[in-house]
Amino acid sequence: MSRKERLVVIGNGMAGARFVEELIARGGRNRYEITIFGDESTGNYNRILLSGVLAGTHTAHDIFLNPLPWYAQNGVTLHAGHRVSGIDTNLRVVHAGEVAAPYDKLVIATGSSAFVPPIEGLRRDGQLVDGAFVFRTLDDCSAIRKHAERARRAAVIGGGLLGLEAAKGLLGFGLSVHVVHLASHLMEMQLDAPAGRILARSVAAMGARVSLETATVAVRGEPVSELVFADGSSEPCDLLVIATGIRPNVDLARAAGLAVGRGITVDDGLQTSDPNVFAIGECAEHRQTMYGLVAPLWDQARVLAERFVARDASCTSYRGSKTSTKLKVAGIELAVMGERDGDEPDDEVVTYSEPARGIYKKMIVRDGKLVGAILLGDASSASTLLSAFDRADPVPEARGELLFPAVAGGGACKVEDLADDAQICNCNGVTKGAIVQAVRAGKRSLKMLCDATRAGTGCGSCKGQVEQLLAHEAGDAVTEDPSIHWYVPGVPLTKPELVAEIVARGLRSVSAVFAELAAGKEDPASKPGLASLLKTMWGSAYEDERDARFVNDRVHANIQRDGTFSVIPRIFGGVTSADELRRIADVSDKYGAKMIKITGGQRIDLLGLPKDELPNVWRDLGMPSGHAYTKAFRTCKTCVGSEFCRYGVGDSTKLGIAIEKRFQGLEAPAKVKFATAGCPRNCSEATVKDVGVVAIEGGRWEIWVGGGAGSRVRKADLLCIVDSHDEVLRISGRFLQYYREQAKWLERTYDFVERVGIEALQKIVVEDSEGIAARLDAEMQRAVDAYVDPWREAEEPVHPTQFASLIPVSSLVKKAAGGPR
Amino acid sequence: MKRLGPIDLVALGEGRTFDVDGERIAVFRTRDGQVFATQADCPHRGGPLADGIVGAASVICPLHARRFDLASGACRGDDCAPLKTYPIEIRDGALFLVEERAPLHLAP
Repeated sequence: MSRKERLVVIGNGMAGARFVEELIARGGRNRYEITIFGDESTGNYNRILLSGVLAGTHTAHDIFLNPLPWYAQNGVTLHAGHRVSGIDTNLRVVHAGEVAAPYDKLVIATGSSAFVPPIEGLRRDGQLVDGAFVFRTLDDCSAIRKHAERARRAAVIGGGLLGLEAAKGLLGFGLSVHVVHLASHLMEMQLDAPAGRILARSVAAMGARVSLETATVAVRGEPVSELVFADGSSEPCDLLVIATGIRPNVDLARAAGLAVGRGITVDDGLQTSDPNVFAIGECAEHRQTMYGLVAPLWDQARVLAERFVARDASCTSYRGSKTSTKLKVAGIELAVMGERDGDEPDDEVVTYSEPARGIYKKMIVRDGKLVGAILLGDASSASTLLSAFDRADPVPEARGELLFPAVAGGGACKVEDLADDAQICNCNGVTKGAIVQAVRAGKRSLKMLCDATRAGTGCGSCKGQVEQLLAHEAGDAVTEDPSIHWYVPGVPLTKPELVAEIVARGLRSVSAVFAELAAGKEDPASKPGLASLLKTMWGSAYEDERDARFVNDRVHANIQRDGTFSVIPRIFGGVTSADELRRIADVSDKYGAKMIKITGGQRIDLLGLPKDELPNVWRDLGMPSGHAYTKAFRTCKTCVGSEFCRYGVGDSTKLGIAIEKRFQGLEAPAKVKFATAGCPRNCSEATVKDVGVVAIEGGRWEIWVGGGAGSRVRKADLLCIVDSHDEVLRISGRFLQYYREQAKWLERTYDFVERVGIEALQKIVVEDSEGIAARLDAEMQRAVDAYVDPWREAEEPVHPTQFASLIPVSSLVKKAAGGPR
Repeated sequence: MKRLGPIDLVALGEGRTFDVDGERIAVFRTRDGQVFATQADCPHRGGPLADGIVGAASVICPLHARRFDLASGACRGDDCAPLKTYPIEIRDGALFLVEERAPLHLAP
């Protein structure tokens, strides 16, 4: 590679430093020589936590994201405490006093500064008078703290987020605190009026006085001793904090001749009007929008870093961020997202208000999707709401379930209140303390946190709690790992994108996918998911590479903790015969099964068999594979049904056998369990199966989908009611095919049905709203026709040592090609 | 040098366990043509590593998904002891364990 490009970043704050971090994480150091200018003399710190420093709950040290040594360790030149004085876009040089830094690419992340309104007596010679402060930097914090030691009566002008944080901090010093706010309710940018009123009550309950619709017109004394208001009244005050909003720092950009509106104008590539200059963060204006929350800043930092390392810069672009935040205002929990009011005519606004406890909840639903919400005083449902908002998931019909997770069956106890030694992950024995420690050590995305602690990597049912701990510990510093949207972690594409690429490029093997779509980099953890997808897509035209399979799928049996295998022959519908049972008994004796067990799915399991004997076991059984080892259709559990049962209204065993004959071995993103019940007593527990079919009087059958009773218990949703066995096979097959095509790898139907929504599934699968039913039926028929019993490999193994558990090599037996020469 | 047998004993991209004079050794053959040899049983709970999924010169244990670097034996995620590794080579289409104490003049 030729000379490295020179990259200069102006601004070492939340956006600038984050961008450099993202760039380095993508190998940007190989391409760029990186220089950062920072106004402040320190490394990069988390500005969101400044209020903690003011309140004394955090030290300055606690809030550093990148301390000074980080820059040197990562080969970044930092000019800390150097204010940039000018940019020469013709010569491409940045000037900061004596320092002149030439650049090939320049990123402006100058952020914003406190806006100070014109109030008589507040400034002298352009500086705030003694005793008056803004609240923006670590230096501001220490100045306020120092002054607070000898002050008694504090006032905060501005009842927004920062002003209330400052008020809370000042109360902690034992000062009387007066919050003076110009608007008619607190935090009017984020909250509606009722929420603002409840917040004012809570702030008052903490001991601060709140005055609304009050304009401060003059400050008297040096140092500050009195405030004068618009109505002519006045009051003593010896510490004044100005928190009346921020103003983007655009002077440098304007002086350099860049296009500036309210902020520095950038396009979807975050490029300014000069092709070599980019801007991100609070100083940038994108599509007429300016962002002041941290998550959009980080989105921008990530997108720009991706563009800086990509061969083709058009690969990612910034299209704006959905704004949401979860924070504590003066110790009060608050989560806000999207729209505040909901003024469209058909908007459905759901509110709950409990002023005495300071709780207010509001949700704006449009076309069945969440477009805005406010949670004040109790943000326990914030993560659920945030994910519904971010992913535009359908809102449950009982809207309250989103606002009150306890109603929907969630735990009422907050995970952050648990003791450190409380076990969160019951599969891997991971305690709350271990998870919290990992967050503090920098694991700021759910995936990183789970990978590092192994919490949530077993059955996954504790992931919600891990996520809550992460949110509680890291607050707005939580990041999202992009790979959670990918089908598999090793190929950076969502499932629809991946499918489109596979089709367009005609990729028929797992190694071809890695070669073409992952820059040739194999990821072992991604292999089984890709193998399943390719088999589903290509059927018999799939190029099977056995190394892409999990061992269970190489030897068609289920590996056990001691390395032996379990064998479950297919017993259609759970209906067997004396002859089959005799053979099973003989096989068990002959090969020394360590246990014979009836499984949860009504099958017979022979446990503890060595890998080497599997082909012989299958041959002697003379029964097909039960597929109990793989991500595929498993079993159809049945009750006795109308043939014998005195309550039965439908022949559930006959239907179960037909279902199992049709779908046996069918690959799916996760295992699929069926059940049929001969009457609504539902003895086969059909409503907690992926697909459950229940006979009702009149010869009809209910089809339930998306149920499960494993690590998560979910009652299935009723898809439709049909009149015959044939209809059951057709509709359930169509549902299965849609699931096979749309679900993420390892996504069970209970997650899939919830994600897509039962109404949407009914439209697609039953009413054929998308006109794809005939194609789905045909694809399913093709998959059924392509089925081959894998136990036939007893006669034709795919590899000579496929079933060898141990290959002997002895110095005494050197026969084949002689020993070493 | 100890000859384990023809390279085809190990399927491409997979692993197999060999019994070398009573010692269980896992041999892996990656898709890019490299071979590696390590102890056969996972240090975590004794899982058969040769039954794991191989890729990017690493193996994922089939029992609890601990992942090891095949060249160094190190566990990714450092919650598990490293694997013992053995030098191994391909010669004339056969697998040879390089015995550290083997006399030098035996090498071709």
